[in-house]
Amino acid sequence: MKKVIVIGNGMVGYKFCEKLRAAEGGKDFKLTVFGEEPWPAYDRVHLSAYFSGSNAEDLLMAPRQWYSDNAIELRTNELIVNIDRIQKKVFSHLGKEEEYDFLILATGSAAFVPPIKGVEKKGVFVYRTLEDLDGIISYGKQAKSAAVIGGGLLGLEAAKAVVDLGLKAHVVEFASRLMPRQLDENGSGLLKSKLEDLGISIHLSKNTAEISGNGKLTGLSFTDGTHLPVEMLVISAGIKPRDELAKGCGLQTAPRGGIIVNEFLQTEDPSIFAIGEAASYQQMVYGLVAPGYEMATQVVNQLVSNQVKPFMGFDMSTKLKLIGVEVGSFGDPFGEGEPSKTIVFEDKVKGIYKRINISQDAKRLLGGILVGDTSNYNMLWQMVQNNMPLPPEPEDLILGARGGKESQGAGVESLPDAAQICSCENVTKSDICVAISEGGMMDIPGIKSCTKAGTGCGGCMPMITDLLNHQLKSMGRKVKNVLCEHFDYSRQELLDLVKIKGIKSYDALLEDFGKGDGCETCKPAVASILASTWNELILKQDTIQDTNDRFLANIQKGGTYSVVPRIPGGEITPDKLIVIGQVAKKYGLYTKITGGQRIDLFGARVDHLPDIWEELIDAGFESGHAYGKSLRTVKSCVGSTWCRYGVQDAVSYAIRVEERYRGLRSPHKIKGAVSGCIRECAEAQSKDFGIIATEKGWNLYVCGNGGSKPQHAQLLINDVDDETCIRYIDRFLMFYIKTAEPLNRTATWLNKLEGGMDYLRDVVVNDCLGIGKELEREMDFMVETYACEWKEVVNNPELRAKFKHFVNVDEEDPTLAFQPMRGQKIPAEWGVPQSK
Amino acid sequence: MIGEIEKYKKVEVNNITTWFKAASISSFPENGGACVKFKDLQIAVFNFSRRGEWFACQNLCPHKMQMILSRGMLGSVAEEPKVACPFHKKTFSLKTGKNLNGDACEITIYPVKVEEGFVYIGFDEGY
Ligand code: SRM
Ligand SMILES: Cc1cc2nc3c(=O)[nH]c(=O)nc-3n(C[C@H](O)[C@H](O)[C@H](O)COP(=O)(O)OP(=O)(O)OC[C@H]3O[C@@H](n4cnc5c(N)ncnc54)[C@H](O)[C@@H]3O)c2cc1C
Ligand code: SF4
Ligand code: FES
Repeated sequence: MKKVIVIGNGMVGYKFCEKLRAAEGGKDFKLTVFGEEPWPAYDRVHLSAYFSGSNAEDLLMAPRQWYSDNAIELRTNELIVNIDRIQKKVFSHLGKEEEYDFLILATGSAAFVPPIKGVEKKGVFVYRTLEDLDGIISYGKQAKSAAVIGGGLLGLEAAKAVVDLGLKAHVVEFASRLMPRQLDENGSGLLKSKLEDLGISIHLSKNTAEISGNGKLTGLSFTDGTHLPVEMLVISAGIKPRDELAKGCGLQTAPRGGIIVNEFLQTEDPSIFAIGEAASYQQMVYGLVAPGYEMATQVVNQLVSNQVKPFMGFDMSTKLKLIGVEVGSFGDPFGEGEPSKTIVFEDKVKGIYKRINISQDAKRLLGGILVGDTSNYNMLWQMVQNNMPLPPEPEDLILGARGGKESQGAGVESLPDAAQICSCENVTKSDICVAISEGGMMDIPGIKSCTKAGTGCGGCMPMITDLLNHQLKSMGRKVKNVLCEHFDYSRQELLDLVKIKGIKSYDALLEDFGKGDGCETCKPAVASILASTWNELILKQDTIQDTNDRFLANIQKGGTYSVVPRIPGGEITPDKLIVIGQVAKKYGLYTKITGGQRIDLFGARVDHLPDIWEELIDAGFESGHAYGKSLRTVKSCVGSTWCRYGVQDAVSYAIRVEERYRGLRSPHKIKGAVSGCIRECAEAQSKDFGIIATEKGWNLYVCGNGGSKPQHAQLLINDVDDETCIRYIDRFLMFYIKTAEPLNRTATWLNKLEGGMDYLRDVVVNDCLGIGKELEREMDFMVETYACEWKEVVNNPELRAKFKHFVNVDEEDPTLAFQPMRGQKIPAEWGVPQSK
Repeated sequence: MIGEIEKYKKVEVNNITTWFKAASISSFPENGGACVKFKDLQIAVFNFSRRGEWFACQNLCPHKMQMILSRGMLGSVAEEPKVACPFHKKTFSLKTGKNLNGDACEITIYPVKVEEGFVYIGFDEGY
């Protein structure tokens, strides 16, 4: 049996193993992989997810077990230091040696560190491996500010990480603009101002002369004589292929780094190949995964004697992920490759810049730049890749269709079959369509597992979804959003069924309209439907509720819960404040003012919850429903009672509105706010419904949202009086509750609503469906049947008994663990995932 | 909590030496679970009434080492009965203990029986 050794267990080295074992005849090789890092290959592309809670485990390309299951000897923590090409042997730093028939160099790259004076100082990092990130995270805890050297793709990603760590971020770029390889002057300018809005300082045309500080860095000095004080530095100035091994054994390397290969990824030694970021093809190192995967596939094909098409270079189109500003650059972004014409669209108010370069004869798209809105990135990139003909008015591509014209050539249906949809896994349109029509894959997970499309960077997911819907439609299937495998109905259909058939329990609905035993998707969704329709005590069916609703409190790290009493409009008396303080003290709870103008008490034991609430209820508090998909808070500003600018009494109105909708269960949480004047101190335009006072009454805004994808609320109607405003909110909320998909906030719901805001206004204000009165009646029913659920639990011994950790002994959970912080307590860190 | 997970060792039905009397069946909600203390172990017991079956597993979720699975939600995928952890919705088969929607490690499933209104959990000599 021939023996293959792979040096480097990075993304590409891993892909090689996967492809080899999956290929016909690919099991006829002995396979050993050496990796210098302690972990098996992980997803470097999503490295930054490590900052937002993913752990090393989540990022692995495959668990260790996968390697043994596939008869692959994986040797992590072992660095190859030498290759003997004559004896065909590799030697590791542990002094071990191993023979090979074929050797695959997948050694990747290291971060390029420019020779700046002082780079060895403490607090200077690169951004490449999990270990780098661990270093950055722990050092970042004592720092307040950090600079990133490098304003390219990776540098901006590192800047985002710095922001996520809560540090003031600076980006230092040598060139006169950001992302110089992808963006032109205008695009960069816009990106810069957007990043500055996010609080990132951008320093252009700066050449770092020295990293200053005594032992640990304290700042950067630039050649123009200026100085930037910072406590931490992340260098992200490019990559340096790891070609040292190849050099050491006499293989040719490129002057700018990289192991030289031909179009078959061969080095000059016929038994040695180089793939991924370590390889240099025609003086080019490809710093992306897709070309690396392509190379891995080519080499596998050669080993198993499949037909091989030569590697011809690769498109370097990219989209910036993560940073909260959409940026894309595709094909020939500057139109320099051949004579071209350029069309530019710019909207300074909305912050959008789009540029496309088309051929002289206006027949083909060559490339372009998108900043602020990349929604047509995939389609445009496809047009370049496939040399598709341009529509007669190419500006439609970036402006969208106007004046009643159908949009042109923008749908997935117009793509040729050979169009590559997923570049990471090289999956074409026809691969996906065949998986659907012949493979019977009717959903995204099915397509993913069958074709692997969408399993890499994920950038193609919107196109795959469009393709799926289009293909299903063309097969005559109705495309609908069913809840899960247990119900063949959408949420809206189930809500109608529940109402018309008078169904009051999950079990009955499953029996009559579902199949199987339910799951964590349909149970809470149906629980929400039942609550929005009948408004019965949700604990009547406690085991179909998400854990927060089951225990009427938010679960915390460690298994304790939080307690959030309602404080309508954020107004509270000193006496009530004292009670909160007393209760917190008695039960040892951590207290914090929330972003919703009220107080959260964290760290309550499950068995203490009813006792805590009993005391709060005695003092006149009610549940704040912080745990429910329901109304959270209605924020207020102080308004005309105290404020010199106020034109209406915002606090009184906020309290009235909050008390009206308290406890209202809905597809997702809902938040409101009332501001007393145009200055908008209550941030009403970021809420699901926001009310802003005018001289004549109230302006009502709807469908705003904070969270990870913020969206401003839009004006529904202006200058309405107290009563009318409430009636419109009634209609709006009920219409949302009845028609939204599970876990869609009002903003997401509106974005999907055909006809958008104009249609919504037609329904709510103009009553075009004639359901206005019915919606109001339904809301009145919800208001009349409201009861504080904690009050019911506190007064019901049977329900109280459910709040226990053990059923067989009267003890608390002995594993609860806390640590002190600033005079209060916080839970112990998450445990480290264990395997047996 | 490190080392905690090692305490939950697999029990073969043939090797059961103790049937621990956990609690009366009415202590366990329909289609839901509750936690039972046995020595220094925590066992989640589920009354899957829709299927007319009982299941038991370690209460410890291996994802972030949280003592929580008894508060998880029951369900099925195809025919397989499963429980979803309240924290991050990792789901585990109640038959094999395997993580069904990721590669968190397996949990230990215990034999259960119900006699004369009481629920019993089976342990072997290792316990
Ligand atoms: C406590 C609080 C943070 C704080 O210390 O200030 C908080 C804490 C949580 N938020 Fe929040 N959010 C809090 C204000 C906010 C705000 C600010 C606001 O309301 O003005 C936002 C952005 C505004 C918005 O929602 O539009 C916010 C956006 C989110 C989101 C993202 C929602 C989205 O549509 O994208 C989630 C995730 C979700 O709900 O799915 C979330 C989820 C959560 C959860 C429930 C996460 C969870 O499931 O465990 C946190 C539980 C806390 C606990 O254990 O008690 N929280 N959260 C705030 C409680 C407000 C309150 O009094 O009820
Ligand atoms: C933060 C970040 C974000 C990125 N985002 C994107 C993106 O959005 N899209 C995209 O396409 N690409 C992105 N990339 C680039 C992408 O990660 C790389 O192109 C890809 O990882 C290259 O894979 P590789 O296997 O060639 O190299 P690597 O992943 O670097 O793997 C090489 C491995 O070999 C090991 N090794 C080296 N020498 C030896 C030796 N002598 N002995 C043993 N082991 C050795 C190294 O330790 C390393 O683990 C990003 C990279 C980073 C760092
Ligand atoms: S409180 Fe909200 S923003 Fe903060 S960590 Fe929890 S979910 Fe994230
Ligand atoms: S702790 Fe159970 S899924 Fe994360």
